Amino acid sequence: MTDDPFVIAGRSFRSRLMVGTGKFSSATALQAALDASDAEIVTVALRRADLSRREQDSIMSVLDPKRHLILPNTSGARNAEEAVRLARMARAAGLEPWVKLELTPEPKYLLPDPIETLKAAEMLVRDGFVVLPYIQADPVLAKKLEEVGTATVMPLGAPIGSNRGVRTRDMIRIIIEQATVPVVVDAGLGAPSHAAEAMELGADAVLVNTALADAEDPGAMARAFALAVEAGRLAYRAGMGPVRDTASASSPLTGFLDELARGKAATE
Amino acid sequence: MKITLNGEMRDVGDGTTVAGLLKDLGFQTEGVVVEINGTIIDRTRFEDTKFSEGDRVELVRFVGGG
Repeated sequence: MTDDPFVIAGRSFRSRLMVGTGKFSSATALQAALDASDAEIVTVALRRADLSRREQDSIMSVLDPKRHLILPNTSGARNAEEAVRLARMARAAGLEPWVKLELTPEPKYLLPDPIETLKAAEMLVRDGFVVLPYIQADPVLAKKLEEVGTATVMPLGAPIGSNRGVRTRDMIRIIIEQATVPVVVDAGLGAPSHAAEAMELGADAVLVNTALADAEDPGAMARAFALAVEAGRLAYRAGMGPVRDTASASSPLTGFLDELARGKAATE
Repeated sequence: MKITLNGEMRDVGDGTTVAGLLKDLGFQTEGVVVEINGTIIDRTRFEDTKFSEGDRVELVRFVGGG
């Protein structure tokens, strides 16, 4: 859909599917998913290097900076200061100053800490970063982040890796209605239909990782997600009809055969 | 000379540079970030930045993530 570019911070993208690179069983599986997804924005994480292994293939060898905007996340940060530190490290490594701000201190549900996220967002925006914050589907927080200058908001559909779908649908609808920055539904999308649902609601993009990494065939699943995202976007732009409580016949309600018969009987 | 590398004590030779340590560890410099005592070392300074006794060094790299 070249006539419908997806723009973040003045930069235009063709694909509305962002892909996370975690948990793939092999570099080959990740490569297949990246190729089939046609994603242009691809997330990575920063971790302490494992010094016990000499040979270490970097995730960066799978990614192509010409094709992918490599978006580092701040996963592992427990507060705003740690998130800012990770973002600066990623920038120092030579990546563009873009960051997926992710502050999930509690390990069971990995829900984002809204207060630290807002704090970190302000610091990072001031520091010149393009900030894409991962948030609970909270319309008030989304507005506040937008006000401090984040480039998007990324509300969750369901907890990270849960594959549960768009459980926050009603709040995401409000976020989309109010947002003046792109809304990217991130986390919890386990099936292509979930991605299509988010796009039909008017999300500007979605981010998936676990659904692809978990699939038996990550490449095929990535292709399925890409098609679903495109279908959902097309449907949103086409303008969907209203939801009704009762039937609304698709076929005309006049000219039934028995009417014809009745009409005939009356003239005899 | 002792430094703390990613939380573990480690002996390195006097005059060891960041680039030298990375080479010893078998790391490419690409996609690696080095922090000494909380300060990020610019990658253009890897060759001429030497460690000092007691430095707290963090060596981080990119991994798959969502």
